[in-house]
Amino acid sequence: MFRTRVPRRLPAALAVAGLALAAAACGGQSSGSGGAQATATAAQLDAKADLSKQRITVTVWDGYTPKELPERAKAELGVQEVKITLHDTNEKAMAKLTAPGDHGIDVAFVSGQYAQALAEQGMLEPIHPELIPNLANLYPEATQLSYDKGNKFSVPYTWGTTGICYRKDLLKSPPQSWNDLLNPPAEADKKVTMMTTERWLALPALKALGLSVNTDKDEDIAKVKELLLKAKPHLLGYDDLTFGEKLKSGEAVMVEAWDGWCPTTEKNIGWVVPKEGSDLWVDTMVIMKSSKNKEAAHAFINYVLSPEIHSWAAENIGYKVPNKAAMDRVEIPEGSLLGISPAELLQGESIIDLGEASTKYTRLATEVAAQK
Amino acid sequence: MGKLRFVPLWLTYAFLYVPILVVVAMSFNAGTSPYVFEGFSLKWYGELAGNARIGEGLVNTLVVAAGTTVLATVLGTLLAVGLARYSRSRLLDAVSLMPAVLPDLIIAIGLLMLYTVVEFTLGLWSVTIAHTVFAMAFVAAVVRTRLTHADTSLEEASRDLGAGAVRTFVRITLPQLLPGIVAGALLAFTLSVDEFVIAFFTIGPTEQTLPIVIYSMLRVGVKPEVNALASIMLLVSFTAVIAGQRLTKIGESRRAHD
Amino acid sequence: MTSTSTRPAPPGGRPGPAGGAPAAARRSRRLAASAFLGPGLTYLLVFLLIPLALVFAHSVFRRGRFGGVVYEFTTENFTRLIDPLYLGVVVDSLKLATIATVIALLVGYPTAYAIAHLPPRWKTVALVAIVLPFLTSFIIRMFALIILMSGPGLINRLLGAELEMLYTDGAIVTGLLYAYLPLMVLPLYSAIERLDPQLREASANLGASAFTTFRRVTFPLTLPGVMTGCMFVFVPSFGNFAVPELLGGGKSLMVGNLVQTAFLRERDYPFGSALALTLIAVLLVLLVVQAKAARHG
Repeated sequence: MFRTRVPRRLPAALAVAGLALAAAACGGQSSGSGGAQATATAAQLDAKADLSKQRITVTVWDGYTPKELPERAKAELGVQEVKITLHDTNEKAMAKLTAPGDHGIDVAFVSGQYAQALAEQGMLEPIHPELIPNLANLYPEATQLSYDKGNKFSVPYTWGTTGICYRKDLLKSPPQSWNDLLNPPAEADKKVTMMTTERWLALPALKALGLSVNTDKDEDIAKVKELLLKAKPHLLGYDDLTFGEKLKSGEAVMVEAWDGWCPTTEKNIGWVVPKEGSDLWVDTMVIMKSSKNKEAAHAFINYVLSPEIHSWAAENIGYKVPNKAAMDRVEIPEGSLLGISPAELLQGESIIDLGEASTKYTRLATEVAAQK
Repeated sequence: MGKLRFVPLWLTYAFLYVPILVVVAMSFNAGTSPYVFEGFSLKWYGELAGNARIGEGLVNTLVVAAGTTVLATVLGTLLAVGLARYSRSRLLDAVSLMPAVLPDLIIAIGLLMLYTVVEFTLGLWSVTIAHTVFAMAFVAAVVRTRLTHADTSLEEASRDLGAGAVRTFVRITLPQLLPGIVAGALLAFTLSVDEFVIAFFTIGPTEQTLPIVIYSMLRVGVKPEVNALASIMLLVSFTAVIAGQRLTKIGESRRAHD
Repeated sequence: MTSTSTRPAPPGGRPGPAGGAPAAARRSRRLAASAFLGPGLTYLLVFLLIPLALVFAHSVFRRGRFGGVVYEFTTENFTRLIDPLYLGVVVDSLKLATIATVIALLVGYPTAYAIAHLPPRWKTVALVAIVLPFLTSFIIRMFALIILMSGPGLINRLLGAELEMLYTDGAIVTGLLYAYLPLMVLPLYSAIERLDPQLREASANLGASAFTTFRRVTFPLTLPGVMTGCMFVFVPSFGNFAVPELLGGGKSLMVGNLVQTAFLRERDYPFGSALALTLIAVLLVLLVVQAKAARHG
């Protein structure tokens, strides 16, 4: 039933296909995401719009919002439907949002620099503050973040920093510097992970060299590359998603980690922000310009900012939320990193989108991954 | 030589099946570690039933596979008959087999660009269309094999008696081909259910098929319920393939007895 | 191919159906042909040939600033391709795919040989058992390998060792081998099956050792099957992205990863297309070699 035979004339078939390209090439017209409309004009939104006629689709990281959020938001807001879809990385979210045709997504959760990139491409609806009274719950610091000062097109959902998460029982001395990660002690050799997403991949080397996380100078990036390549033979792998588990199982003993995903409540796991400093990252909520349900989307964001819902993130996923009213409700357990204050966080350098220069980081990530 | 000749065969089977058996065994693990067996339990199957994301993925997968099976079976069967009875072109033969030989990645990106150029919204339809491209080639190949064995004198007799092409096809050719068509349909179904690369490129932003769900679950860590899900999918594929194999055989032996 | 008896009756044969004029018969035949061939071929034209043409076409266009495509001729995608960075990835992919293919051949040949020498009633069973894993989810099979090979995984647990297996190039090769070995065994089997056992006997009678017989008689005669099998393993291995991603720990890149990044992350269709053309180029080269082998075989 499965006897396969290769046609000998396949090359001919491919050649014909090659000829067909001429036709396709000539008939083409500009496609793609419509080009740059740098600053978008705000649509007129009606605060009294009938939400029961609107349905929204939200894309978010798995486990990043309460499981019952769709039902509760639907009941609370009186919208027709709230649908949650998932992405596992910022890149995947960006791919979804720039997919051809009508992707149907109204609200997206993406990190700050990606929100900025989307805004620069004219793909975001400006935030209408009058539709989100709960913006008043945010810490004042959370309205002045450098990727979007004044929260013009994004609303912060969680924030934190990046550091080294490690096994106290398996390392002789706790790490203090990014260099400990890049050039690990013998007991950690081949048991270190770093992140894959390009900006965080570069972060330890940038900070170890005393550079800005937002540098776009070629000579800086060349130095970073050299350092990262030197570190590569000592790594277990590059990992954005499962470093916490690898640490718990002992597969890794020292990992580059976001604070919320470092399981410090386990007794042998420690956390440090290296002495050279680190970043301030923010995960945000944005509304797509293509959304046909913008009033409901604003109402949804407003609902997420209510202390009861927003505190869920801090209590359940261990990420700090930039919402004072919500954080005031949270009991902070022993050893938890939730205790880091906004002032301490703001010592980290905020990652911003670098526009065309961000391709330098993409190339850097490719170079590091391709190096044997 | 003697029996020694069969040692490589057993080694190959061990290589192919041990990992699969481990997955199935671990699906009955009572513990939470994906690596240590701590006693028998069905709890991961229960967990699976309560996982909405997997449920949605399953429905999407079945919708796509059903659509693909119908489209690919109709198109593939017609194409096989057409090529066998009405064409002598080697070129057309080659084109019809091309989807089976081209790397899936090429089919995936080609279709993604087509969808982009015509601004076709990605969703379950875009995957179904894409899966049909290669599933059709397999159906056509299976049906074709059967056609070459089919008795053509009946078709000629039917035509001689004045029956039109359509009538001859429906009354004579189709019944003869039926086991092959069903086997092809089962193959199309299996291939679509398990297909990953093309679905990954052409699926809509708000949908996921089961292989994509598993892929993203794997990327965020090895979870024991993946074992249970994998075992069920293995069972489905094995059943479909063996059923297809049986059908082809039954058809053949019946013909032999006629 | 099809038997000649299916071809239309030769001219001067029996009269057309119901005594109709030959022209009418020809017309109805043409109608039937287009009814059967039309739908499938149209489908393949729209959803296979045109997309393929788009891959070729896009490789000479420019990328727009925000992921769109500017329809303006350029060769920059190909100059980028020979950048040592990307060329290095292409070379690495060739290397990994070659290793996987060679191992698949070394494992697959004795396997196919053994199957071909099974009693007839066991042959089908043995073949189905080879194909069965191939028809199950690729992702699940990779998952199975992760469970076996990871640091705290089963192999290390059984051996009481701490071997570094997962997240290495070795893991990638194992993954490719595991994924595509059945595709090597099948064509090898049909080639070996077709061998005339008398040839081998003759060679043995002439005093040739088993090895010489294999080298001089068996292997050359099965060369077309060998080529087909190698192609079936090499082509999908070369273009793979999921295996390096899941088993390679992000420490190795293959062409497939670059294509995936270009299409799904950067929306750089033109460069992604140029990269994909290397896949087609490899396929074409192998097809030509295979056709040559078939002619000699």
